[in-house]
Amino acid sequence: MTLSEEELAEELTGDLGRAPSRLRVVAGRFFRSPQGLVGFAVLALMFLLAFVGPLFSRWSYTDKDFTAFLQPPSAQHWFGTLQTGADVYAVTLRGMQKSLIVGLLAALVSTAVAAVVGAFSGYFLGWTDRALSWITDLLLVLPAFLILAIMSPLFGAGQWVLFVIMLALFLWMVTSKIVRGMTISLKEREYIQAARFMGVPPVRIIFRHVIPNLSSLLIVDATLNVSAAILTETSLSYFGFGIQPPDVSFGTLIADGSRTAVYAPWTFWFVAGLLVVTVLAVNLIGDALRDAFDPAARR
Amino acid sequence: MAGFLARRLLNYVVLVGVAASLAYLLAAGALDPRSNYADRTPKPPPAVVDAQLTALNLNDKTPLLQRYATWASGVLHGDFGKTVTGSPVNEDLRRRMGVTFRLVILGLLFGSLLGVLVGAYAAVRQYGWFDRLSTGLSFVVLAVPVVVLANMLILAGAWANDNVFGRQVLLVSGEYSAGLETGFWGYALDRLQHLILPTISLSVGLVAIFSRYQRNMMLDVLGADFVRTARAKGLSRRKALTRHALRTALIPVATYFAFTFGSLLTGATFTEKIFGWHGLGEQLINSIFTNDVNTVAAISFLAAVAVLCAALASDLLHAALDPRVRA
Amino acid sequence: MRPAANPVLEVSDLHVSFGDVRAVRGVSYSVSPGEVLGIVGESGSGKSVTSAAVMGLLPPSARVTGSVRLHGKELVGAPERELTRFRGKTVSMVFQDPLSALTPVYRVGDQIAEAVRVHQRVSKENAAVKAVELLELVGIPSPSERALAFPHEFSGGMRQRVMIAMAIANDPDVIICDEPTTALDVTIQAQVLEVLKKAQRETGAAIIMITHDLGVVAGFADRVLVMYAGRPVEVGDVDDIYYRMRMPYTAGLLASIPRVDRGGRQPLVPIAGNPPSPAALPPGCPFAPRCPLKIDACDEAEPPLFDVGVGHRAACIRWEVVRPEAPGRHAALEPVAPAVRGEQTVLEVDGLVKDFPLLKGALFKRRVGTVHAVAGVSFDIRRGETLGLVGESGSGKTTTLTQILELVPPQEGRVVVLGRDTARLDGAERTAVRRDMQVVFQDPMASLDPRMTVYDILAEPLRTHGQRRPARRVGELLALVGLDPAHAARYPQDFSGGQRQRIGIARALALEPRLLVLDEPVSALDVSIQAGVINLLGSLRDRLGLSYLFVAHDLAVVRYIADRVAVMYLGRIAEIGQVDAVYGAPAHPYTQALLSAIPLPDPARERVRERILLEGDLPSPAHPPTGCRFRTRCPKFRSVLTDDERALCVGVEPEVLPVADDQGAACHYAERLDVV
Repeated sequence: MTLSEEELAEELTGDLGRAPSRLRVVAGRFFRSPQGLVGFAVLALMFLLAFVGPLFSRWSYTDKDFTAFLQPPSAQHWFGTLQTGADVYAVTLRGMQKSLIVGLLAALVSTAVAAVVGAFSGYFLGWTDRALSWITDLLLVLPAFLILAIMSPLFGAGQWVLFVIMLALFLWMVTSKIVRGMTISLKEREYIQAARFMGVPPVRIIFRHVIPNLSSLLIVDATLNVSAAILTETSLSYFGFGIQPPDVSFGTLIADGSRTAVYAPWTFWFVAGLLVVTVLAVNLIGDALRDAFDPAARR
Repeated sequence: MAGFLARRLLNYVVLVGVAASLAYLLAAGALDPRSNYADRTPKPPPAVVDAQLTALNLNDKTPLLQRYATWASGVLHGDFGKTVTGSPVNEDLRRRMGVTFRLVILGLLFGSLLGVLVGAYAAVRQYGWFDRLSTGLSFVVLAVPVVVLANMLILAGAWANDNVFGRQVLLVSGEYSAGLETGFWGYALDRLQHLILPTISLSVGLVAIFSRYQRNMMLDVLGADFVRTARAKGLSRRKALTRHALRTALIPVATYFAFTFGSLLTGATFTEKIFGWHGLGEQLINSIFTNDVNTVAAISFLAAVAVLCAALASDLLHAALDPRVRA
Repeated sequence: MRPAANPVLEVSDLHVSFGDVRAVRGVSYSVSPGEVLGIVGESGSGKSVTSAAVMGLLPPSARVTGSVRLHGKELVGAPERELTRFRGKTVSMVFQDPLSALTPVYRVGDQIAEAVRVHQRVSKENAAVKAVELLELVGIPSPSERALAFPHEFSGGMRQRVMIAMAIANDPDVIICDEPTTALDVTIQAQVLEVLKKAQRETGAAIIMITHDLGVVAGFADRVLVMYAGRPVEVGDVDDIYYRMRMPYTAGLLASIPRVDRGGRQPLVPIAGNPPSPAALPPGCPFAPRCPLKIDACDEAEPPLFDVGVGHRAACIRWEVVRPEAPGRHAALEPVAPAVRGEQTVLEVDGLVKDFPLLKGALFKRRVGTVHAVAGVSFDIRRGETLGLVGESGSGKTTTLTQILELVPPQEGRVVVLGRDTARLDGAERTAVRRDMQVVFQDPMASLDPRMTVYDILAEPLRTHGQRRPARRVGELLALVGLDPAHAARYPQDFSGGQRQRIGIARALALEPRLLVLDEPVSALDVSIQAGVINLLGSLRDRLGLSYLFVAHDLAVVRYIADRVAVMYLGRIAEIGQVDAVYGAPAHPYTQALLSAIPLPDPARERVRERILLEGDLPSPAHPPTGCRFRTRCPKFRSVLTDDERALCVGVEPEVLPVADDQGAACHYAERLDVV
């Protein structure tokens, strides 16, 4: 927009008071639902805990307390210690940081891929669609877990960004299929037709009309992909195929903890509990968002 | 119709071929069977190692494409090669397939049936206590990864054995107790005892997914015009719901089935590994650790076939349920 | 005609509310055996909720008070078990949308048999036999075969017949029809109305006919109840309502409907404003804000129904001064001088052909044939002229329109837009033509991107064609279509249907095009709103010198706006010519049937009109009949022609040949005839 238009727009909005923006309406609905509120609050708390929590402990996740091996929670070690003498509180929060970052990034990347691939294949159809759909099918047929596991030797120390990308590569297919289907029906919608007959180029139609109109689906899906990514990361790391030492994540911690869980429950339950609460919060947010975007489909 | 089916099957064959080849190439590129010999004592001479690796078609000094060609021609003849220990992959996997199959089928049946029932009932009594409870529970279940769930089940099983039953009722390791001589019934009971927890671990997630999905589909259908027509005819609410609404709402759920199958296989892998079942999933994880390229490729091949079979089954089920698709 | 002493169904003071929203506010009526009551109202007037409440089919969140008596038995608050006993037996219902009203997974015969077996103790076999009999009664050809088919294998009209068969399965005393023909084409509507009349004769039931179409009611109902904002505002004998109305709303409604029997270019009289939302009713009379006769007293209290005549009641405190606004029948039909056609041709379509592959199966897709959607269509539009392209669904009018809009070389034939042949366009020329040809779509909700402000929507064509500062033009455009330029920052969903359509028109006008393609621009709007949009289109054409290609299924609307009209049937033009010539004396038997099928909002004329009923459904465009495409349904072919004459129809496809000055028909035996 040029300046004069901005001025005009301001003038116009000034004239009729505040036009209710869609964002504000959705946010209002979201925060009025108890689910959304609880989920949001819990997730915010988890982030706070993961990134601010370590500052309050005098142990870092690399420290080992050689005076306390496998000790139950105490004033010294709030969540107890591991067999190695590491402080459970410190390593758990470190693992949580990693899992949250990995989950968020993977979800973001995979949703973006899904949106672009799905929209292009649904809008252009023909050969574009056939090629893209075939790749989608291929990735659906390849067991994601297996490929990631095979490639695990490549995710050496510090290579977690590569891990995130690989994780994202196996999360986008189902969303992309849904996006493709919705694009095909959206393409018949009259406002897309209108833009076409107006002479707007196809790629611009996709990014200006198609993807924005699928944004509610994409936002909800991105949210749910966060939890899927966290869960996949956990499972892979559990078997040693994900985050590699010395980095820790929920998965590696749960793997270690499950071995000592029977006689040292604190090594397992704290991290398992935090994982479940985090994923639960993310899912609650996703569900509340869906309702907020689509009040007709309240369920 | 026949032509269409043939084209579709051909597409499946190509997909499986490409998927298995990709898996082989990735595995052969990333895994390092030579390292298996590195920490043997006494250390075998390199020439012997080379000879052994070559015999297994695992020698990284042979060009990758040549190894692939050897492997692929074997596969075309139905031979998946040898494991790192030199035994044929085919035999090993045939034995393990049954184990995995049993677990997956049981989990699937139990999970989808219960899920559909729970979802349908929750939708009919929307916002009732059952709906709220099942929704809440499914949210919690969906937040628990299989690896955590399985471990929790083991802990809970151990606790229950000690404090509730007072004896070993829920068995948590393997598929049967070795050396048991209690006749058929004792044997069956033992199997059952081993089966309970893994099946729960595998199907609880499915129950949660299916119940959510079925509930949503059912709610869509409950407001549909044809349900109103059925009631306007004079059908009671219950009859209209079961005969018209539930029957129609099952259709999308049947197609949903194909999507969940992949994650079901992954879940089976974790469950097998944690509960010590000697199935394909356990072997997959082990074979990655032992750099067993041929086994990894064979299991990927089987997984791809299984996923496509599930897709085909779900399409056929869809066609069976929906006359509009059959036409 | 007072209702007889023993009404079958008596509704008194019925109220329905959903939470705080009062959807129905005090409806009372009664029907006697054999009587037809029409309930008329626009969308949101509460007419459908009323009928659902009578059937007890409202969702549990609805609160129903008042009384519904069936044979003197109270239904409001009756236990569910009793309600299921009378539903489908004493009172049955026909719904609006035949596409979704049948369960997709069961055979049609089984669904009818189910209705029989719910209320009668008969064996499965007998119920199946009865189902076939019912299908035959409602006029479904080869009923015993069709009973085994699934709903998706039926056309819309046939499905509606199935619904009627189901409704009369148990010989009910009352049949409630909720917009039974709204989703159907006009010739099919005529058939279904005939079936309903037959069903009524067979069962002797009372019929409650709910509709928004004043034409349907005129020829069908004995008494009419007009609803507005959840309340009856006028009720009386059908003649009282149409000729001696005492409520300004009824008068306004009748004056705003375009009528197929009225030529000339006098503007319609739209009702100002929009119907009130049931959640925010104005104080006093709910119609007062839109009423031309409003006085201060109207805002004080909601008027009760006054007795204004024998069996005639109206809810208006000024009922004594209300007079029909519309001119009487044929009053405005003065001889129109044959219009001289302009010089410059803006659109020329010559022998256009478009085929589609016919696919079967959703899962196992395969090509089983070719749909000949457009099979050789020719017409032209001159500068300043409006061509109405009319036809029923499946006639190929939408395909013709998309073929023109796509600006790609046609499969066969020639499309010349503004002097440029689409087969020889390069990218730059195509963009240039797009500037000069714009489109307005049917659904004002779907044609505007819900995520863009009105400002951005109107600016999009300007920006696409290189205008950097669209601000001033946007303001002009909004003013041009009668909207407040200050509303540019709002989103489309903040506007009503009519206003949204105005935004769509403004967008189409943004680049000052010369040709406007209008795809059913008013069919999604309520009658009282549509008149305003039609008038706007007319005045814009005259002021800006536009040419219109106006595609519609509603022949009455076309008569109002168009100079010339082309009637399509099964991918070809059946008749084309100057509007008054074609409407006044159609020459093609299809045009004649089409025009005669349109119900007029004029009870006296409806009672004496002879309908030319077409038989059966439109043949599949994949297998059009040989020779004349219309011959399979042609009344002339069936009953007038001799065998020798018929041979020509079977063997040779007729071309459009002139029958008058500016009128041509594609019929070997064209003959001009007044049918309206």
